[in-house]
Amino acid sequence: MPDVMDMEALLRSALVPVEPSEGLSDRLERGLSDLTDLAADELAEWELSAMRDPRNWARPAAAVVVGGTAAGALVLVRARQQHKKRQVTGIRALERGIRDVAEDMQKRLGH
Amino acid sequence: MLPHTTEKRRLDGDFTELYRTHLRDVYSYAYYRIGNHHDAEDLTEQTFLQAYRHFERAQRESDGRPLRPWLIRIAHNLAANYYRDRSRRPQTQLEDASVVSAPYGTEELAEGREALKEVLTGVSKLPDDRREALIMRFALDMDNREIARALGRTEGATKVLLHRAIKQLEQGLSEDTDA
Repeated sequence: MPDVMDMEALLRSALVPVEPSEGLSDRLERGLSDLTDLAADELAEWELSAMRDPRNWARPAAAVVVGGTAAGALVLVRARQQHKKRQVTGIRALERGIRDVAEDMQKRLGH
Repeated sequence: MLPHTTEKRRLDGDFTELYRTHLRDVYSYAYYRIGNHHDAEDLTEQTFLQAYRHFERAQRESDGRPLRPWLIRIAHNLAANYYRDRSRRPQTQLEDASVVSAPYGTEELAEGREALKEVLTGVSKLPDDRREALIMRFALDMDNREIARALGRTEGATKVLLHRAIKQLEQGLSEDTDA
């Protein structure tokens, strides 16, 4: 029993690493993949159109900062909404979040 | 493609690598911290989403050091909010008995499983900081330096914390056996 056995060995046996379910892995991986793809696509699309106008040449760096911060905030908001409404899939919520960010970013930068 | 878009793709690639390397660590931490798979999955998702939000800065400031303690610290903070918001305590019984799967022989199996269950119950009764230190050490195999960074303590204080956690656990289990 514990008092005669090596406690560290017992702890190592009791606290074994736990594998996440395949469902969680798939969901997270898809969500993160979609999130990064959408963010990159929206950013590239905005940059290419904005750079045609010389007045916008100083703005892309600011856009990255604004977009990145807003995206993070919205992603978390979406994630919390998903936490409360589990019937809504995380991927769709994240996609909507990114689209909202892209639209917001364009409005704020006058594009 | 513009240079900062390329930089974003590099960051995303690095983040994907971080995620793949440490998903099991974050999930294990969340599971032992909270005690059920459903909420552990939520906590894991939120941890990685928050990590994604702050990844660029964390990578810049890490100065080449491993980012696992930073990830676990995010999970630690979210878990604290989880308990504060819901006025919950960790569940004494972990819902998946498969974690109690030590290499015992057939004759010792029942007794071994019982001993491990007692250990898990004892761990769940420890103060939060001691319980977390044990989870990081034994479930995640983190060294003192990593645990210290995750908990925001010095290495010396972490060593003492672990020592006291094990002593308290031993004492609690002895009392239970005597009773």
